[in-house]
Amino acid sequence: MTDRLPGFSTLAVHAGAQPDPTTGARVTPIYQTTSFVFNDADHAASLFGLQAFGNIYTRIGNPTTAVLEERIAALEGGTAALAVASGHAAQVVVLQQLLMPGDEFIAARKLYGGSINQFTHAFKSFGWNVAWADPDDIGSFERTVTPRTKAIFIESIANPAGSITDIEAIAEVARKAGVPLIVDNTLATPYLIRPIDHGADIVVHSLTKFLGGHGNSLGGIIVDAGTFDWSKDNKYPMLNEPRPEYHGIRIQETFGNFAFAIACRVLGLRDLGPALSPFNAFMILTGIETLPLRMQKHCENAKAVAEFLAGHSAVASVNYAGLASDRYNKLARKYAPKGAGAVFTFSLRGGYDAGVSLVSNLKLFSHLANVGDTRSLVIHPASTTHSQLDDDAKVRSGAGPDVVRLSIGIEDKEDLIADLEQALSV
Amino acid sequence: MNHDAYDDNYIRSILNSVKSIAMVGASPVNVRPSYFAFKYLAQRGYDMIPVNPGHVGKQLLGKPFVASLSDIGRPVDMIDIFRSSSHIMPVVDEALTLSPLPRVIWMQLGARDDAAAEKAEAAGIKVVMNRCPKIEYGRLSSEISWMGVNSRTLSSKRAPIPTQGMRLSLNRMSVGGGATAASDRAAKNKSEPT
Repeated sequence: MTDRLPGFSTLAVHAGAQPDPTTGARVTPIYQTTSFVFNDADHAASLFGLQAFGNIYTRIGNPTTAVLEERIAALEGGTAALAVASGHAAQVVVLQQLLMPGDEFIAARKLYGGSINQFTHAFKSFGWNVAWADPDDIGSFERTVTPRTKAIFIESIANPAGSITDIEAIAEVARKAGVPLIVDNTLATPYLIRPIDHGADIVVHSLTKFLGGHGNSLGGIIVDAGTFDWSKDNKYPMLNEPRPEYHGIRIQETFGNFAFAIACRVLGLRDLGPALSPFNAFMILTGIETLPLRMQKHCENAKAVAEFLAGHSAVASVNYAGLASDRYNKLARKYAPKGAGAVFTFSLRGGYDAGVSLVSNLKLFSHLANVGDTRSLVIHPASTTHSQLDDDAKVRSGAGPDVVRLSIGIEDKEDLIADLEQALSV
Repeated sequence: MNHDAYDDNYIRSILNSVKSIAMVGASPVNVRPSYFAFKYLAQRGYDMIPVNPGHVGKQLLGKPFVASLSDIGRPVDMIDIFRSSSHIMPVVDEALTLSPLPRVIWMQLGARDDAAAEKAEAAGIKVVMNRCPKIEYGRLSSEISWMGVNSRTLSSKRAPIPTQGMRLSLNRMSVGGGATAASDRAAKNKSEPT
């Protein structure tokens, strides 16, 4: 008789955590220490040689952070996870395992502006070349595959307009190309969408957003789905060739279905260094306990605000996949039946000036460059998060000059609507 | 017996009850997975016997290699086979000639031979396929959680105090949690010829 499988909310509270063996502390303690003593010389050598499981140094792993890692692996249905200092750090660490200088990866054109910037400029200096494809045209991914393509990168719910990506269709392109599909699941969280169930091989998050949820701690995470066969075609030397850093072990054959997460830890995080603070891990863990409750409220509020805006005479258009009239509504009903998230955009009839005026007249919405906070947030992407893009790229990524982005919080929706109403009528 | 998914209690009862483990295909090369598993299990108190005809006369962590199962010369509780799927059957056939019979035959990660398993089970031997005892020990004790691995267990009980530094006990109360269905499906598709 197999144990029944616990539901999502139970995992959100319990996965990875257990009362502390020495003190009985029920909440995961903050192990604010850089390093951990070894039992003896052989134990130290076993840990450094990856022969034993255990703690060495907080840049490589930490018991508080490990609880966060296991919890998100469980919530996403992955085999293992690795937490890092930010969502951006997660992307660097993932691609370092997959690409050699001169290699390529395909990315969806609709992404967080910071990711577009990182892929276009920062990664170019590593010799990692990004090729862009249109998530609304699956054929554009197929046409962009070359023999040097090593990965495909998409967002499940895409910044800034909250559009929904057809994960299964792009997973099929990745499968045919023999490369892993990486899905940034930040705006959906595993509560709304579990990309691994739809064919993703690797999931990344900015924990800073809905997972942490309170706007107080930066963090990022990489989840290994345990689905990709790294031994095939010998395309991934970090996984499949004897690693000189570890006396010639092959990560893939040694760590089986969590090999990618181990590679990210022992080749990526260890050597690049973007470790998460144990204190941040604790804050984010606390946030995750209420993730299901918060996401329900975020989505309920977002739908109500989107409906209000869609009926307002000053509003030209609303892009929210949760609206029946939205072009992404069909995909939203398939991939995110519990709600289409809480980040979306709308444009004003008054254009750029009306957008600037709205932002300055809002009294409850905070004007800042984050999403996924308990508080409702507003920003004008064209002049901030997407300002580094040229005008054409701004429009293509959904951040045209007349566009305002909202991240709806968990306040009372009537108060949010009243704030928007007064700001629009000024 | 369903060999696609094992109940945690099945694996835990095996790892808690066997004392001696003969590892067929054990390697003295300290970067091979079999060496990792041999050392880890030896450190957790199992009486380990390395079986590999290519290394007779040598020792693995102080234990002399034997050429074959019949050369062990004393009863063993479990046989852990570090060979690919196509080399499993002869090892199982040899195991079935031992007296007394081993209680468990375990095939490593990636290795599966359903016909061999059926034969062993018909003789009353418990079988585990396509798993690693090191990973399963680490998972059920929650040691593996230190590496961010999904142990697929939940527990509200205080964990046993670690022994010998950071070693955790298998005697931990837990319920199942955190399924990894996509990975299990991928492993199954890989093991089935297309």
